[in-house]
Amino acid sequence: MTMTVHVDIVSAEKEIFSGLAEMIFAPAEMGELGISPRHAPLITKLNPGEVRVKVSESESYPFYISGGLLEVQPHLVTILADTAVRAADIDEAAVLEAKVKAEEALSDSSGKIDYATAQSQLQQAVMQLRTLDRLRKRGG
Amino acid sequence: MAVGKEIRTKIASIKNTQKITRAMEMVAASKMRKTKDRMQATRPYSVKIGQIIKHLAQANPEYKHTFLVPREVKRVGVIVVSSDRGLCGGLNSNLFRKTLAELMQWENTNVEVDICTIGSKAFGFFGNLKVNLVGQVSKLGDAPHLHDIVGIIKIMLDAYEVGTIDQLYVVSNEFVNTMTQRPTIEQLLPVVAHELDENLSGHWDYIYEPDAKEVLDHLLTRFIESKVYQGLVENNACEQAARMVAMKSASDNAGNLIGELQLIYNKARQAAITQEISEIVAGAAAV
Repeated sequence: MTMTVHVDIVSAEKEIFSGLAEMIFAPAEMGELGISPRHAPLITKLNPGEVRVKVSESESYPFYISGGLLEVQPHLVTILADTAVRAADIDEAAVLEAKVKAEEALSDSSGKIDYATAQSQLQQAVMQLRTLDRLRKRGG
Repeated sequence: MAVGKEIRTKIASIKNTQKITRAMEMVAASKMRKTKDRMQATRPYSVKIGQIIKHLAQANPEYKHTFLVPREVKRVGVIVVSSDRGLCGGLNSNLFRKTLAELMQWENTNVEVDICTIGSKAFGFFGNLKVNLVGQVSKLGDAPHLHDIVGIIKIMLDAYEVGTIDQLYVVSNEFVNTMTQRPTIEQLLPVVAHELDENLSGHWDYIYEPDAKEVLDHLLTRFIESKVYQGLVENNACEQAARMVAMKSASDNAGNLIGELQLIYNKARQAAITQEISEIVAGAAAV
């Protein structure tokens, strides 16, 4: 029997996958990673892209994530997936907004779309498309 | 017949109030189901990230992140999570009382406090007090988004990083069950792990990609955010549950009041009729 490792994939909204797998492929920031059972402890950030969980030789499940974190323990792999669009600039804008709100207690927020948001949305859309494309090829 | 006009109008007005409280009770009941689902849906994430933090606390990293290192406490930050609307029993006032007790304790030990509020009730309460309010968000609705609260969390995290505050707490209501909501105060920074996993003892450390600082920054920020967010959605579920209970007892009270008034009204009416008859009889006898 082949070795397996327990995999949990969760997003802020729900649990996406939980079960045993032979291997996990994830789009880490430094390049694509393949995690086998008994991998050394590792933490890394993930880029938007496809996470593939290989359950057996013939069966594997793909998931699209828009970034997140990957933690590896020898017998446990956890993927914390982000769903919201995030960028450093957005955080800063949110800070300013909260401060202004505290000072003036005005509930008026202007819906500006800045460049960074648009860019990260675009990147996500591209990765989503790529994942879909791969799925289609595999299916067809 | 002009008997008991005041009582009749009073009964009518209480009936109207009862209609409103009953409607609010039913709305709160259906919203509670939704907010409870939302609370449960976010739970796996916060459990998992908590687990990773626990592992991390047992690793022996070369790089010590500021969020993990305790230091002498001169100033603390508090994030108070409240509801946006009232009419939910003692939910908010219990929470504020607990917060005030903590504030008193800090004041006695000469620790200064910065406060951030989530929800208009907390803003209304702490805005009137002589406290240092550094940020607030409100009107988040029943389905709050994480990015709504990122701003005030970042205010606190930045303050911690530059050393303005030395500890960060979050105060919110814990959903025990529909009848019980418990105000709780939890320390977020520096991060403390409560129970340790025995399988992970020994000297080891993670491989960090790209590097420890960047990954830990990201992870710990997410952890704090998920904690506050969890507090927020849990507080929402508490609000609906508390409102449902409060409105149910208000409807019941209105029902009792109507019953009593109805009795008084009937008695008055009966008395008036009896009096009228006796007057007529007396009049007939006189003729």
